[in-house]
Amino acid sequence: MAEVFLDDKIVSKAREAALQIAKDVVKEINSKTTIAVERAVVRLLGIEGETSDGVPWVNVITDKMLAHKLLDRGAAYWLVNAAIMTERSLQEVAEDVIFGKLDLTKVPKSNRQQLNRMMDLLAEEGLEKITTVRSQRAALRAQLGKGEEPLKYVIVATGNIYEDVVQAKAAVSQGADIIAVIRHTAQSLLDYVPSGTETEGVGGTLATKENFQVMRQALDKAGREAGRYIYLTNYCSGLCMPEMAILGAIEGLDIMLNDSMYGVIFRDINMSRTFIDQHFSRAILGFADVNINTGEDNYLTTADAYDKAHTVTASQFINEQFAILSGMVPEQIGLGHAFEICPDKADSFLYELAQAQMVRQLFPKSPVKYMPPTKYMTGNIFQGNVQNALFNAASAITHQSVHLLGMPTEAIHTPHLQDRYLSIANTNYVFHALKHFGDEIEFAADGIIQRRAAEVLANALDMLEEVANIGLMTAISKGMFADIARQVDGGKGLDGVVEKADDYLNPFENMLKEKGGKG
Amino acid sequence: MDLTRLKPYGDTPGDGMVQVSFTLPIPVGDEARHAALILASRMMLKDSKVVLMQPLDDSFTYFILYGHCDQTVDYTSIHVAKLDYQPMTPSDINSFIAEKLGRKITVIGACVESDAHTVGIDAIMNMKGYNMHKGLESYPQINAINLGAQVPSEELLAKAMEENADALLISQVVTQRNIHVKNLTRLIEILEAEELREQMVVIVGGPHITPELAKELGYDAGFGPGTYPEDVASFLVQFLNKD
Repeated sequence: MAEVFLDDKIVSKAREAALQIAKDVVKEINSKTTIAVERAVVRLLGIEGETSDGVPWVNVITDKMLAHKLLDRGAAYWLVNAAIMTERSLQEVAEDVIFGKLDLTKVPKSNRQQLNRMMDLLAEEGLEKITTVRSQRAALRAQLGKGEEPLKYVIVATGNIYEDVVQAKAAVSQGADIIAVIRHTAQSLLDYVPSGTETEGVGGTLATKENFQVMRQALDKAGREAGRYIYLTNYCSGLCMPEMAILGAIEGLDIMLNDSMYGVIFRDINMSRTFIDQHFSRAILGFADVNINTGEDNYLTTADAYDKAHTVTASQFINEQFAILSGMVPEQIGLGHAFEICPDKADSFLYELAQAQMVRQLFPKSPVKYMPPTKYMTGNIFQGNVQNALFNAASAITHQSVHLLGMPTEAIHTPHLQDRYLSIANTNYVFHALKHFGDEIEFAADGIIQRRAAEVLANALDMLEEVANIGLMTAISKGMFADIARQVDGGKGLDGVVEKADDYLNPFENMLKEKGGKG
Repeated sequence: MDLTRLKPYGDTPGDGMVQVSFTLPIPVGDEARHAALILASRMMLKDSKVVLMQPLDDSFTYFILYGHCDQTVDYTSIHVAKLDYQPMTPSDINSFIAEKLGRKITVIGACVESDAHTVGIDAIMNMKGYNMHKGLESYPQINAINLGAQVPSEELLAKAMEENADALLISQVVTQRNIHVKNLTRLIEILEAEELREQMVVIVGGPHITPELAKELGYDAGFGPGTYPEDVASFLVQFLNKD
């Protein structure tokens, strides 16, 4: 089997540096919470509802707490304390807060032990639903079995969830294993979770409970008919990361896109906000056994894929350590990478192979996700199909886990039905033709591929050691990832970051992390 | 060749050969093939042949077909609106600014409103640029400020006032249901309402942008796919010099 030689010492040093980087960030963010984390806590406590103009109750409650500077003790503290002292249910307490009938600060303090006991009880209750969904999903996956790796991942993005279903079903019948429903372009910066089914979205559909349900049911049906489990993907990113994690966990999603730095770099969301939200959201996803896909491929759309290949590797190590610190297990951490080297470069395919093979070996348990060419897709759909064929070959040879299919019409429009067909047919052909190719070849000792892998790994280690020295936040502010610089005190959502008080309470965090990905 | 009667050229002059592909929402079968051929003839294609009829699932069928187009175009009568500027190199642009304008110019870039895709604006603005063509940040005579994704029009204008901007570069990449037109129209309306429109050059770029569309929406210029930073800068400095 074709493998690249990777120096174990360099690999373990890289992992150590990444752990140091992640630990330093976690240490810094442990003293803070965010309004998004608190909204998630309120949701996990079972509080549901919307005002008549569609604002979720969890927003109304936490906005009030933020305005009155109460969030430093945690939303759970105030709600549970009031429930104990007024002997009413949490939902009733929430209702009174919403309608201004109850001033939480005026409620006497409950006995600390009683409060803690109640918290534990509510936390267990709150997580029960997630546990149930997790085992239902596991059972269906076991019953239907999954497709052959690399799993074929396609997107649907009509903006109408019912049309998305039609296209997803067609894709499944052609051989797709994973359906990702692309989200409405503006959602990442919405500071609340919307509701309802959507038929007129832009760039995709809103991620809502109702939309998730429509697609989940359709894919379960399509999977039963096709005789293999069909995975559903959506986004756990933006300003509502922890809440999206809960939504995904409860509605039975299999994969969510969740990167430690994507929001900072590409959506200009504040760093602290992103790291805190990401940390808690991954604890939820790990516990729910929803895999994450990280977004390193995106770096290469702005930075050069050859010169900056090591930034992808470095970021993979960092993303891995963040996820582990949140309680996830390697089998849940789908690290991202991409086939984006300029096609005019001589031997570009060899460099792609080196990188793809290295990712596979560095993260052997990770369901790594390989992303197709996008940057150099030109509108020549025929040439695009050839570029995708080489991408498919690299994936087959290096045995990737999750393979996002490139569309010949990339850079033109969201995929038409026939675009997806052409792409799946291309992929089926190449995967089939090269099924055991990777097992039959070896890479020449000291050849281009071997040297390239060693070079990228060494550069990644240098970068990780530098980042460990200066700290991740400083590194981002210097533009070390994706060639884009973001400032520590800049970006959206900073006003929702709150320093925790000494007696801050979040009943879920420790429970989630302790149980972690193993469930 | 008669350019007043221009036709597609496939294998021989004037054969009018055209390839078409599309999907019909019907199951595969002889009736489906017929439907595709009738559709082709209504597209003015003669003697069409279906070369591929492929079921996409049990309710969609994909066709590739070839036919002879007997329509012609009078090429000699075509006049296309083009942006009026001379392409310059980055170093010429910098000298032009220093000599003709006599001061550094400030350019603010943004993906406005719903658009979250910065690939276009980054290619024009950022140091690195695109395909070895460095972005406006690398021009010593240009103060280039890239505000990135999903910038509300109001925020962009506030920044433009603060920086006393000479030009706004607006990017719209992802669109559906013509949202890019709505976003672009909104920006111009706000500029006009605030009586700022005449104070700055406003340029739009993106895969769906043509010079005609840009003019129609009230922009000074529009750039489509394949535009490099120096194209935008050449236009901009020459336009500023005219004022």
